Parts: sequence; C-alpha cells; structure tokens
Amino acid sequence: MSSVQEDVERTVERVARESYGRLVAFLSSHTSDLASAEDALGDALLAALTTWPRNGVPQGPEAWLLTSARNRIVDHVRHQQVVSASEQTMRLLREHASQGQTATEFPDERLKLLFVCAHPAIDSSVHTPLMLQTVLGLDAARIAQAFLTSPAAMSQRLVRAKAKIKDGGIRFEVPQQRELPPRLDAVLEAIYAAFGIGWDEIAGIDQHGRDLAEEAIWLARVLLKLMPEQNEARGLLSLMLHCEARRAARRGTDGRYIPLSEQDPQLWSLPLIKEAERYLAEASRQRQAGRFQLEAAIQSVHAERARSGRTEWLAIVVFYEQLLRMCPTVGTRTGYAAALAEVNGAQAGLAALDTIPTETVRSYQPYWAVRAHLLQRLGKADEARKAFDWAIGLTEDPAIRRFLLEKRG
Amino acid sequence: MQFAMLIYESPEAFDSRKNGESDPYLGAWRAYYRTVVDAGIYVGGNPLDVPDTGTTVRIKDGKRLVQDGPYADTKEQLAGFMIVDVPSLDAALEWAARCPAAAVGALEVRLIAHETHRRIAG
Repeated sequence: MSSVQEDVERTVERVARESYGRLVAFLSSHTSDLASAEDALGDALLAALTTWPRNGVPQGPEAWLLTSARNRIVDHVRHQQVVSASEQTMRLLREHASQGQTATEFPDERLKLLFVCAHPAIDSSVHTPLMLQTVLGLDAARIAQAFLTSPAAMSQRLVRAKAKIKDGGIRFEVPQQRELPPRLDAVLEAIYAAFGIGWDEIAGIDQHGRDLAEEAIWLARVLLKLMPEQNEARGLLSLMLHCEARRAARRGTDGRYIPLSEQDPQLWSLPLIKEAERYLAEASRQRQAGRFQLEAAIQSVHAERARSGRTEWLAIVVFYEQLLRMCPTVGTRTGYAAALAEVNGAQAGLAALDTIPTETVRSYQPYWAVRAHLLQRLGKADEARKAFDWAIGLTEDPAIRRFLLEKRG
Repeated sequence: MQFAMLIYESPEAFDSRKNGESDPYLGAWRAYYRTVVDAGIYVGGNPLDVPDTGTTVRIKDGKRLVQDGPYADTKEQLAGFMIVDVPSLDAALEWAARCPAAAVGALEVRLIAHETHRRIAG
C-alpha cells in the first residue's frame, strides 16, 4: 500500500471516529431517518477512501464528508420523489449547504440523538446498542459480541428500532424540563450498560464481559459536554473512571483475578482517580445526591485506600443506605450486605443477603460470591461450598472462576 | 425452548481428563453442571469419549466405508452435548458463555428441531 493511501486511511479513520456521531445526528435530526443517514455517511466514507488519495485530503475533512453524505441523501429523496416532509429536509439541507463548509459550523445534535436512542418507545434492551451504532459507529457484529447475542439478531433489532424511530416520527429534541429526569435516567442507564462492570467489591465482580468501557466513558463525556448542568452525568462519569482506574490491578501478572480488597493501590491509575474525584466534587457541590453520584462516592471511598491504607467501610454502608432508598436493585442490596459484613460482622451481612428475594438472585453471580465468602468466614463449610458452586457455575470469566475454585478449596 | 449446546474442546482439555479429582477444569465443570441442574434448565446431556476412539461409517456406491477417528478433522473436537430448556436464544447463549469449555474451546448453540422430529417420529 502506498504511503498516501495509508495516510488517507488513517485520516478517514480518525475523522470517522471523532465525527461519526455528530454527522449522523445532524444528517438525521430533521428526518428521524437514522438508517439513511448512516448509509449516506458510509457511502461518503467509502468515497473519501477513493477520492482523497487522488485529490488530496480536503482542508475540512468533516465538512467534505457532510457535503458528500448530504448530496447522497438529497439524491435519494429526489429519486423517491417523496414530497411534503422531505421537502423540508431538502430545504434545510440546501440551506446548510449554502452556509459555508467548515466543520464547526454545523450544530452538534448528538444530545438529541442520545435522547432518541433511549426513547421510551424503543425497547430498553436496544437503547445501548443503538447508541453504540449511531453515535460511535460500531458495527452490529461488534455490538452483538459485547451483548452476547447473535450478530443476525442484533442487526435485526437495530433495524427494527430505526424503523420505529422513522415511522413513529420520534422527534429529535431534548425533552422538556418536566419529563427530563426520567428521560435522562434512560440515557444514563444506557451509557452505563455499555460499561460492563456493575459491581466490584470484596468477593466478586458483576462483569458482563462487554469490553466497551472506553466507549461508555466516551459517551458519558459527550453527554456531560452537552449537558454540563446535569450532576448525575458527572456522577456516572466519575463512577466509571473510578472503576476503570483499577483495571490493571484486577489481574495478577499470571492473569489471575484479584478482588478489590486484595488489590495493590499502587497499580491503580492516579490520573483517572483524580479526574473521577474532580467530577464527584463538582457534582456534590449541588447537594442533590443521585444514584450515580452515590455509586461514585462508594468507589471514591475505596480509592481512598491508596492514601490511607485502609477502607472506611462505615462510610460505604452509609452511602449504600442512601442508595437503597433510591434504587433497591439486587446489585445495590448485595453491595450493602458485603459492606455491612465488614462493619458488623459476617452474620449481619448474611442476614442482609437473606432479605433479598431468592428468585431475583438465582443467576446473579456476585450474590453467590458474597454469600459463599460470608458463610466461609462463619465456618459453615458445607453451605459455603454450595454457594461457591453457584458462583462458579454462573461465572463467565475463567480467571474469576479459578479464583473462586481456589477460595472454595 | 430447547437448545442443544454442542461442546467442542481442545486436545489439551481432552488430555486434562487424565488428571486427578482436584483438576480445576473438572472442578469448574462440577460447579457448572450443578448450577445448570439447580437452575431447572437441564434436560439432558453427556460427555463423549475422546475423539480418537470414534469410528466413522458411511455407505458409498453401496459399499461400507469405515474409518477410524472422528468425522470432522479439526483441532477442536466434539466433546459432549447438553440440552437445556430456556426462554430464548439469548438466555441459551448466556449459559453457554458460563460453560468452562467456552474458555478453552467453543460451544455451538442450536435449537432442537421439534417440527422435524415430529415429521420423522410421527
């Protein structure tokens, strides 16, 4: 491959990575037609790969892609000879076309796109895949892998969701103040669902193997940039950065799993912790604790061990108590029980676990890992082994499986 | 919905069958099996003997062809199967991902063809 071709490919890749979501959002914001916008942008990216090596990379590559994609949409609309609604689109597109070409001159509509992806009319299991595809440009096969579903099924779900957005005329808009809180929650949830780690404490980890931490953090940064007044967005970003900071410490040199309580704080990323702390401090100034701020606060207490050498479990219990009032999920209740055991003893932790309805914990691995750990501490060997078996049987990650097998003995 | 989980293992995983009772792969399988049974989704299944012990039979041009060894000449070989009853393919994939063999081989998840069975068995 010639070096020109390589340069061009790198540029296309970079522009696609940085601008994909902005371009899709802008191209679809007036039509609610995500599929056409993505197709047009895909064509434009392909055209760039053949045109740019010949004519050189344009000064504003983003604007070039926008013009090229827009022309394709206009051609397509003309071809279909669709009137009314499309008329307006064409007029808007033409207007934008005449208003100069620099990349910074088209509005950033990604916030509206995020709200569309997590719209209540769209099945909540598709919110995150839709965001990953339309805002970040991930392909369906990669998303399917992250969500452990078949690529064909994932493609189908995405196509169906986009058809619903277009046919249902779901509008690209930021919700009114009145309906903002629940709508924002859905966006935050969808971003968090890409992250892949729900819970990571003394004896286990709730890891979905998503491997999309980087993407989730990127989305949270986009959201915070577009809604700087939303402290829960800050809380979410802080939470994810805290968990991400511990990535290197979660595995030993031989690949073995190391639970949080046994991690060497030296291996935690200080810059990430600092950044996480900064967002949490900014958020807490407003004194409106939300779910993600509380979860970030818990992680912040854990991070404190890097400085103090100890974990302030009582503070964690207090944060969990607040969190339980807000969202008593099985993850929160398990985390609370684990923290309570550190303060009031294993028996208290076990009692807290016992209050969780059995049917909700059957396939929740961290519950069984914590239960096994507490039973073992109480010397109830037989019951502990049974709980360990459940935890092991529900584990996907071989390193965590090995860790639990060794603990079980 | 009933799914067959066809379990493929590497030669190393097959070799580990010779190890003693404390073998971690065996331990992981024991826990996994118990969890699948306790979860109430287990319909049936069995491990298979090592691939070398397989014998492949076909009739070609009216003649019997008998070969030593497994049907497919691949590195990872069919090691066993498990039939589970779960609500969806996604649920079946989740259980497949938890199987210890998924980390050292692969699992193929396929729906049981009840309709074909009905046409055959009547």
